[in-house]
Amino acid sequence: MNKHVSPKMNRRAFVIGTAAVGTGLAIGLDLPFGGPAVVRAADGSPEVNAWVVIRPDDTVVIRIARSEMGQGSLTGLAQLVAEELECDWTKVTTEYPTPGQSVARKRVWGDFSTGGSRGIRTSQDYVRKGGATARVMLIQAAADEWKVPASECTVAKGVITHTASGKTTTYGKVAEAAAKLTPPAEVKLKDPKDWTIAGKGLLRLDTADKTTGTMVYGIDIKLPGMLNAAIKDCPVFGGKVKSFDEAKITGMKGVRKVVKVGDSAVAVVADTWWQAKTALEALPIVWDEGDNAKVSSETIAKWLAEGLDDAQPAYVGNKNGDVKAAIAGAAKKIEAVYNYPYQNHATMEPMNATALYTADKCEVWCGTQNGEAAFAAVLEASGLPAEKCDVHKVMLGGGFGRRGMTDYVRQAVAIARQMPGTPIKLLWSREEDMTHGRYHPITQCKMTGALDADNNLVALHYRLSGQSILFSVRPDALQNGMDPAAFQGVAQSGEAALGYSVPNLLVEHSMRNPHVPPGFWRGVNVNHNAIYMECFMDELAHAAGQDPLEFRRKLMGKNPKHLAVLNAVAEKIGWTTPAPQGVYRGIAQVMGYGSYVAGAAEISVTDGSKVKVLRIVASTDPGYVVNPAQVERQIAGSFVYGLSALFYGGCTVKDGRIEQTNFDTFNSMRINEMPKVESVMVPSGGFWGGVGEPTIGVAAPAVLNAYFAATGKRIRSVPLRDQNISFA
Amino acid sequence: MANLTINGKTFTLDVEPDTPLLWAIRENAGLTGTKYGCGIAQCGACTVHMDGVATRSCGVSVAEAEGKKITTIEGLASGGTLHKVQQAWIAKDVPQCGYCQSGMIMAVAALLSEKPRPTDADIDEAITNICRCGTFQQVREAIHTIASA
Ligand code: FES
Ligand code: FES
Repeated sequence: MNKHVSPKMNRRAFVIGTAAVGTGLAIGLDLPFGGPAVVRAADGSPEVNAWVVIRPDDTVVIRIARSEMGQGSLTGLAQLVAEELECDWTKVTTEYPTPGQSVARKRVWGDFSTGGSRGIRTSQDYVRKGGATARVMLIQAAADEWKVPASECTVAKGVITHTASGKTTTYGKVAEAAAKLTPPAEVKLKDPKDWTIAGKGLLRLDTADKTTGTMVYGIDIKLPGMLNAAIKDCPVFGGKVKSFDEAKITGMKGVRKVVKVGDSAVAVVADTWWQAKTALEALPIVWDEGDNAKVSSETIAKWLAEGLDDAQPAYVGNKNGDVKAAIAGAAKKIEAVYNYPYQNHATMEPMNATALYTADKCEVWCGTQNGEAAFAAVLEASGLPAEKCDVHKVMLGGGFGRRGMTDYVRQAVAIARQMPGTPIKLLWSREEDMTHGRYHPITQCKMTGALDADNNLVALHYRLSGQSILFSVRPDALQNGMDPAAFQGVAQSGEAALGYSVPNLLVEHSMRNPHVPPGFWRGVNVNHNAIYMECFMDELAHAAGQDPLEFRRKLMGKNPKHLAVLNAVAEKIGWTTPAPQGVYRGIAQVMGYGSYVAGAAEISVTDGSKVKVLRIVASTDPGYVVNPAQVERQIAGSFVYGLSALFYGGCTVKDGRIEQTNFDTFNSMRINEMPKVESVMVPSGGFWGGVGEPTIGVAAPAVLNAYFAATGKRIRSVPLRDQNISFA
Repeated sequence: MANLTINGKTFTLDVEPDTPLLWAIRENAGLTGTKYGCGIAQCGACTVHMDGVATRSCGVSVAEAEGKKITTIEGLASGGTLHKVQQAWIAKDVPQCGYCQSGMIMAVAALLSEKPRPTDADIDEAITNICRCGTFQQVREAIHTIASA
């Protein structure tokens, strides 16, 4: 076998038929850490292993499989590899392998999926091993050269020293030899308390280009001979194209082609996107909207309300004791119904992808949260086998879950297939993006709580009614029809467990799936579950005549980690000391994505309708903190995203379509509305939790509970826009 | 045809006079640092300077922009030295995804040239760009750092 195999040549050795690649890639994972055949990066530098390439000038190229969309895990993952590698951080740069290369090498880079706050926590073990293995091999190569035992050599910042003789060399000088060594079977990872690169609030690696306009996002891709496409999908989900009158726009400046995309969309291809969009707007299209055109927010609300009735079937997600008997025999019964609407992700960069299709090749350039899913979509949409396809990932202008979907990738390929040899950049208008999202699911929740004569919570019945994401997106993950993720934040155990012990508890879900397509929206089901549970806890505390913090604490004895973050925010906001005149506080906690989070807000309210958020305190225990500066930004960003949804978000349905079409009707918080977020990190170690999403769960309930403290009025419906409540 | 002066250079572009300046900049002049976010002057992602004034380029036609001095994010640095806002953005690690930041930086640069020491209230009034990632805290801190330098 050729000793110098480039990833590209290697690829031919592993031909995978499209049959093996359905919605996911049904190929096993093989994570070797090097081997006798040297694999080379594009510039010829040797791979010590798949994660680490070292150039002769000592530059360390760290491969990152997960996607960067602003959350900072590109930098965090590089920190973890560099920590074990013991290289010079100032010489670190990063590179994305392509999913095609990974598949050709038996998925050497593992999972590419970047969602569920999993970017770091589910790959930390093998990327650290990648760094540690490379370190051992590099030291061994130096020791071999010096003919001394490796145990007599040390390394710091990429400089290897043989202590006894005082000889030194660098990673760049021994990388070639190291790449030929057999990797050690086992490596010991550092104790996080000994970290010097990981665990530190280092600056991100990808900032400079974002300040000069040179960072390339999908929307910025330029290829020779490229044309631009604008698209309109049937405004009613599930509808189809009946006809379109192409003659009306032929001859318009720049227009090259009008194509049908699947059975539901039409695209105009032109020299520039502005020309394509202008022509598309002038194109008469007749839709077959189908029965879904009869659906509205009102019909959905009515259907969901029916699911709150105990007589309707429901899946049980968490249960102990006998709720019904306990409620029947209780001294006091409290009941409330809440609801949470559809939400659009509204990533700052609208969906887009660029595709080049020829008879024997299909390549796509796009921002995606899941390179392998995008790759599988390219295979399916192009009809070409894996070795003839690839996806080139670029920076995402926001993801929040939306770019884990591949609809826009499929569309781009479908258009490019109709114009072989011409690269096509498909860009959605903001209007298309707002009306063809994969929305945060819609739900309602009826909660019934029971207090005994001493005002102890003896029973809690939590009945959700509404949409399941998995039903639509990953039906294979349903368990006998039940969506286990529906109980995120109120589950019995696991990474999103309820933090309260209630002697009689029933948490259930009446699944109702309207036609509006749901998706994973930052925080996912934690969002509404945390609002429902945490606002209702406040209602129960009030009914019990107790302080909301004290009332919660009494139920949390068996959940010390949940309690610790709650205590941390209470202390930081000064819960036990009175708030200044006219200032009111709210508090909330939840567990999600393996992390424990809590939040507290101070607000003032004028005329019951003008809310000023004055202060936010947030605490998180993600087990380990890889980059505290980035975790802080994720916490603050979660509040901006969560409070935007609370005040301004919400997508309504009329005639089967989404009514909000742009930021004028689906607004987002601005700098004047957002106070500083004071974050308190209390990593307790021993587990790896996510940080990009969990905090969003406490943003809305902390503010809603403060609103009650200020006004005595409970808000049980989101968004506040619809209740004439706005930022002051 | 339109003649535009962008970053000190004259561009003769084959565009209709009603084409939004944003798209002429991105597609005809090929300067993609200026971003599209909404197209209806709501988000600020497309902010450029027109005769020094922060302007949402999606809401201005090419015809209106002719004869004006247009500066985009690519033209903010001068002679190889980054503008102080860009420098502060790097030092304070402001961007998350970064997509809104070209517009954010242009808006801040215009504010600082008018008010070198803006108060929080000045910032609140002048900076109305949307950032879905939620970088507002870092934006505010970076502005104050520049102002106090
Ligand atoms: S794109 Fe111009 S303001 Fe949003
Ligand atoms: S940094 Fe992502 S939208 Fe502002």
